[in-house]
Amino acid sequence: MNMYEIVFYFFAFVTVASAAVVVFSRNIVYSAFSLLFTFFGVAGIYVLLNADFLAITQLLIYVGGILVLLLFGVMLTTNTVNIDIKSGSMNVIPAVSVVAVLAGLLGGVFWTSDWFVSKQMGDLPVQTTSKEIGNALITTHVLPFEVASVILLIAIVGAAMMARREGLKSQNPSSK
Amino acid sequence: MTITLTHFLIISAVLFSFGIYAVLTRRNAIMVLMGLELILNSANINFLAFSRFGGMNIEGQMAAIFVIILAAAEAAVALAIVLNIYKRFNTVNVDEISLLKD
Repeated sequence: MNMYEIVFYFFAFVTVASAAVVVFSRNIVYSAFSLLFTFFGVAGIYVLLNADFLAITQLLIYVGGILVLLLFGVMLTTNTVNIDIKSGSMNVIPAVSVVAVLAGLLGGVFWTSDWFVSKQMGDLPVQTTSKEIGNALITTHVLPFEVASVILLIAIVGAAMMARREGLKSQNPSSK
Repeated sequence: MTITLTHFLIISAVLFSFGIYAVLTRRNAIMVLMGLELILNSANINFLAFSRFGGMNIEGQMAAIFVIILAAAEAAVALAIVLNIYKRFNTVNVDEISLLKD
């Protein structure tokens, strides 16, 4: 059992266990903080897949951005007066059956398929990918890159407009 | 090297199943968003695994970058929507929000 396997199984365990805590915890704050460890584990798996730039991006955007945003959402939408921090479940039986079928299907396909694996896997040179990604972003992928920038601008403006629209509090519906 | 492509695919299948379970069962809208993030992460693991084991081309990593970009935009807009829902209904439980217009 070489070092690669040990690290792989460590990150796999961290990812899967903390994802299970995210899904099955009753307390939404526990879920949010457990999501942190899931993102860290996924970043470690990215590193094992020779995607160092993606791993750093994952840490910056998911841990630094999306997770903080989710925590803000938890804080702003939790009724602190009557402690309502628990989040219940619904439709457990149908969901379990659907998820079981889905997981069995996915696992079966992944397990039995004869995937194409490149022959030149043995002696891979360790190299950084940021240079190649930067080259691809301004040559072959320049159109999706620009479209993504426009989408981000639209999302920022739209989110800011929706979140700070005023006057909704006063005309609260009486029927909850 | 004994860690094969299938190992990574199985991890992504587990993450995907957890995400689908969270989306289907949790009542809190923010928990549903967390399930969505799990699903997007599992898709990204698949992209990177196929990119790595299919001959080290960069295409899978480009797709993963755009998935991350769209996930950031989606989280911002979805949380703005959730905040608006909370202002109007005083709850974020997805099964109690059943009005299109008051």
